[in-house]
Amino acid sequence: MPTLTYRDALNQALREEMQRDPDVFLMGEEVGVYQGAYKVSRGLLEEFGPTRIVDTPIAELGFAGIGVGAAMAGLRPVIEFMTWNFALLALDQIVNAAAKMQYMSGGQFRMPMVFRGPNGAALQLGAQHSQAWESWLAHIPGLKVVAPATPADAKGLLKSAIRDDNPVIVLEGEMLYNLKGEVPDGEHLVPIGQAEVKRPGADVTLICHSKTVSVALKAAEQLAAQDVSAEVLDLRSLRPMDESAILTSVVKTNRCVVVEEGWPFCGIGAQVVDIVQRDAFDHLDAPVLRVTQADVPMPYNKQLERAAKASPEKVVAAARRVLYLD
Amino acid sequence: MATTIPTAPATDVSVELRRAMLRQMLLIRRFEEKAAEAYALGKIGGFCHLYIGQEAVAVGVSAALRDDDYVIASYREHGQALARGVAASAVMAELFGKATGCSGGKGGSMHIFDRSRGFMGGHGIVGGHLPLAAGIGFAIRYRGGDQVCACFFGDAAVNIGAFHEALNMSSVYRTPVIYVCENNKYGMGTAFERVAAVTDVAEHACSYDMAAELVNGMDVLEVYGAAQRAVARARRHGHPTLLEVRTYRFMGHSMSDPTHGVYRTKEEVEEEKRRDPIVRLASQLQAEGALDRAAYDTLDAEVLAEAEAAVHFAEESPDPGPEQLAAHVLAE
Repeated sequence: MPTLTYRDALNQALREEMQRDPDVFLMGEEVGVYQGAYKVSRGLLEEFGPTRIVDTPIAELGFAGIGVGAAMAGLRPVIEFMTWNFALLALDQIVNAAAKMQYMSGGQFRMPMVFRGPNGAALQLGAQHSQAWESWLAHIPGLKVVAPATPADAKGLLKSAIRDDNPVIVLEGEMLYNLKGEVPDGEHLVPIGQAEVKRPGADVTLICHSKTVSVALKAAEQLAAQDVSAEVLDLRSLRPMDESAILTSVVKTNRCVVVEEGWPFCGIGAQVVDIVQRDAFDHLDAPVLRVTQADVPMPYNKQLERAAKASPEKVVAAARRVLYLD
Repeated sequence: MATTIPTAPATDVSVELRRAMLRQMLLIRRFEEKAAEAYALGKIGGFCHLYIGQEAVAVGVSAALRDDDYVIASYREHGQALARGVAASAVMAELFGKATGCSGGKGGSMHIFDRSRGFMGGHGIVGGHLPLAAGIGFAIRYRGGDQVCACFFGDAAVNIGAFHEALNMSSVYRTPVIYVCENNKYGMGTAFERVAAVTDVAEHACSYDMAAELVNGMDVLEVYGAAQRAVARARRHGHPTLLEVRTYRFMGHSMSDPTHGVYRTKEEVEEEKRRDPIVRLASQLQAEGALDRAAYDTLDAEVLAEAEAAVHFAEESPDPGPEQLAAHVLAE
């Protein structure tokens, strides 16, 4: 199986879906001539031309709305945000238009479209450029939300998202674009709504997604050295969330730590905890703990930034607490 | 180079078409009066924004469109839906929230949709649907079609960023959209001139290299003429146009707003009512001998019966079943 970066896996998904369906087009800032702010769209302008690879002004609300209108008229837009931080300006179009159009039209207008771009903190980009938006977006009925952690999942989930008849939010890990991994050639679809065990284990379940999958995997390695067998469950999709995969793992391990890049209050982990306490209450041997970003805007200083982020060490500490080892 | 073209009413409009326009304007008027009655009786809930006074805008623009064109509008959109040929019964049933409503009772007054008529919705966030119009135009161009999209919005939308982003991108991408600003002088209770640095909306087109016309919205033939020219530019060349149509609403902003309120005087409203677009067209036809009093009365009786039948249909229609609560959140 070929080894690709996460960036090139996304590029392959876009290329294959654009070859497959002439109604698919990519629109966003710097996607064409510049070849993508993160080079996800490299080479696509040359292959598909400016009608289908559309550079935009810096006007997130405007071009997100163009995507919604084009989807109403039957196309399959892929709207790229340079980062999800800028998508906040387009939230009216995502929430009030894309997510609700099917419902408030009584099912007359489907919304076969994708909003995608990098999400989560990178390195020392400061408060306005270092945020994870998943709990905001997963809150909204009418949207699907996916957050791939590996190159193979990035390709498979983006392809599924483009073929879906609903608005799908694809959250790409800003720190994952250079991550390498094996990616199946050609037709490779990861169904939306299916979590995956990235590392099997018996003593504690570490539930994670996107960048925190690598954080949890590192923590699992450190825990293995301490004779603790951790299972790493990658949610992959946040809405719909794979409740049965969560319950299967927690019923097996009886202990759970949820790891995410976002802030703690009303975060994705809070939703996971709701599922676990509701449907696996009698299987729990300890309260579920969460590892999140500190509940502060992201500081610029390198040491402070590190202190704010979820880390393998924090996950190990939480896992040891739910195992009553400390 | 943007051009503001001196406007002119359409000439040589057949008696037949003018009678059809008169009928549509009267239908909208009677429909809205019936909606107001039903609202007062508690049969229509939520927000309800009536179109009385502005009928010539929807009718004049719609007359210039083809069946395969698109229309998108704000939340004051009953008139545009009727002018587009959406059945009065389906619109009224939607106001009543019934299963037979054009949006299945799940949209309401502000969210009228009819895909079969290319009616792409009533949208409730001021200005939010202007980028959608640009997107519909983008899709037309993407497919190489020669349809156009007419987008209706009020003067208040001009002050929101979405207006400027949509017009800019429409011009950059050459999308065949007719932006129809229905300038009725007030955004809810705030006079446009109190909150807009540039009060001639048409002038904004210069910033976006777009053609524009300033149109008397109380004359349906003037609206029709301007719309025809805009449609031709869009259909032949893909160029968008901004039409500033000066009009006036004879009722309050919504059903919760008294007819003239504290932000405008009774005298002003009465003065504007003298420019009633229905009276104007009817008088013109009568002066030409193309419509006598009896024919007008017959026409009025017909549309009143249609509006009453729509109310009856809505009243007799069932509510959506409980299974509809969770239906259409996502496509299956």
